Amino acid sequence: MKMIAVLRTPKKLNRSFLVSFLLFALLALFGAFMAMPLIYAVNNAFKPLDELFIFPPRIFVNNPTLDNFFDLVAIMGNSWVPLTRYIANTIIITIIGTAGHIFLASAAAYPLAKYRFLGSKTLFSIVVLSLMFSGHVTAIPNYMVMSWLGWINTHASIIIPSLAFPLGLFLMKQFMEQIPDALLEAAKIDGANEYRIFWSIVMPNVKPAWLTLMILQFPMLWGTDGGSFIYSENLKTLHYALGQITQGGIARAGVGAAVALILMVVPITLFIISQSSVIQTMATSGMKE
Amino acid sequence: MQAKTATGKTIPKLIQPTKTSKWAHTLKELKRNKHHYILMSPYMLIFFSFTVIPVVFSLGLSFFYFNVLEFPRFVGWQNYSRLFLNDDVFMIALKNTFMFAVITGPVSYIACFLFAWIINELSPKIRAVMTLIFYAPSISGNVFFIWLIVFSGDSYGYLNGFLIKYGFMLEPILWLTNEKYILPIVILVQLWLSLGTSFLAFIAGLQTIDQTLIEAGAVDGINNRWQELWFITLPSMRPQLLFGAVLQITGAFAVADISIALAGFPSVNYAAHTVVTHLMDYGSIRFEMGYASAIATVLFIIMIGTNMLTQKMLRKVGE
Repeated sequence: MKMIAVLRTPKKLNRSFLVSFLLFALLALFGAFMAMPLIYAVNNAFKPLDELFIFPPRIFVNNPTLDNFFDLVAIMGNSWVPLTRYIANTIIITIIGTAGHIFLASAAAYPLAKYRFLGSKTLFSIVVLSLMFSGHVTAIPNYMVMSWLGWINTHASIIIPSLAFPLGLFLMKQFMEQIPDALLEAAKIDGANEYRIFWSIVMPNVKPAWLTLMILQFPMLWGTDGGSFIYSENLKTLHYALGQITQGGIARAGVGAAVALILMVVPITLFIISQSSVIQTMATSGMKE
Repeated sequence: MQAKTATGKTIPKLIQPTKTSKWAHTLKELKRNKHHYILMSPYMLIFFSFTVIPVVFSLGLSFFYFNVLEFPRFVGWQNYSRLFLNDDVFMIALKNTFMFAVITGPVSYIACFLFAWIINELSPKIRAVMTLIFYAPSISGNVFFIWLIVFSGDSYGYLNGFLIKYGFMLEPILWLTNEKYILPIVILVQLWLSLGTSFLAFIAGLQTIDQTLIEAGAVDGINNRWQELWFITLPSMRPQLLFGAVLQITGAFAVADISIALAGFPSVNYAAHTVVTHLMDYGSIRFEMGYASAIATVLFIIMIGTNMLTQKMLRKVGE
């Protein structure tokens, strides 16, 4: 009964109790399946070494300890390039890459979603088609373009291409299509130009979409290791540095578990924060006609 | 000046119905939509330099023999004929990829929508928690190493440990090196990871549905949730549904990382070999870039075909 009270009720539809219950049970069952490995990852990070290799294996930790994190800090303190450097590199790449991508992709998506003009259809189909091409073979042409521009071994080689991932434009365009034309026309009559309409009308109305996009783009850049473009240790990212630490095998299994947790926690925290603001903006959204 | 509505568009045509040259007309169109091109230009400039040009380059390369060191040598259709007539492993890869796509594509697409739809009916707090649980696997990228421990071949593996403890079997099974189990396991983990982007887009899409439509529907005689789903929710979400479909298709056909992480590269008897792992084999190990490009092109064409088919089906939604 408690579960059902959770379902939103005030709709005037005949919702059968049984179906609601079954749907909710399905959700709970799959939720447990989805969450299990994550719960394990969290527990693992707090396990002392003897519990990591216990037989039969257990999911939950018995005697939680912070040793793994202290070990990590100790190893990090001995490294040649200070940890803060890796963190700064990652933050620069992630923030510029994410914010820039949201802005550029939205700016490009707005005309494509709301107007028909010469080349609009073709450009959009090129974007969609490019999603379906495997990135594994474009690595070499990409490298050639980069070296021609002189961007090898700079953060630009990671940031600039990430500003124009096709996925973001596609997502933004699909959401902007839902904005009522009447809203744009009203703004036009009030004397707003295209840039003004884009910035003050369209952007606030697709807030759920740009938060979605942020949630997509952030982990991708957060997890980058510099790929084949960055070689100097000074420019490497946190993901790369932590990856190096866990190469130690069994002896560093505990540290590895701690690293996995750290890499996981940041995108998830960001997701939680942005999600609550998605829900808030929905309550006051001016989307409805 | 932006008030170029119907009048602004038609009157000049009436005044001078003589053939304005095609170029003049194009130029005029370009000028009229100047602002649109300005808005798009930064994105398109970057997009063309780092995505379109490399893709076109690679499509062209599929007709060459190119080993990265020597200058490319034109070989015509040779790469393609070798691929289809002379490459047994590619046939295995193709078969596996279709297996993946046929199972994970539709299942995860429907699951994404179904879960988003159920979650959307919950109260905001619980909705937030459930969204997190379902989405977390795909943002915590490195977590799928856990599945390696679950399916580990010795009795330390969770699955083996569990099955032995409760007496289902006596000897541990080598899950990831047994041809029989590799493919289903990779499919399972792929499904676990695949409730990602489209799931999120569906949740956001469901929240932007106009509530007045639902109320109007209730007045017009829609009286159960299935009718509401089919006649109101699905049609209102068509843009997101198309977005999700494209993503699921690319995701389902491009499986590689998970197969490599779980089954190794190459997997036992190529049991989990996919088109993309085949491509990686030729592209980044053997450095036969022309051949790798041909593989990429074939995959590209398969995806485009599937996409066209799916879009056709999605247009029928809610009719």
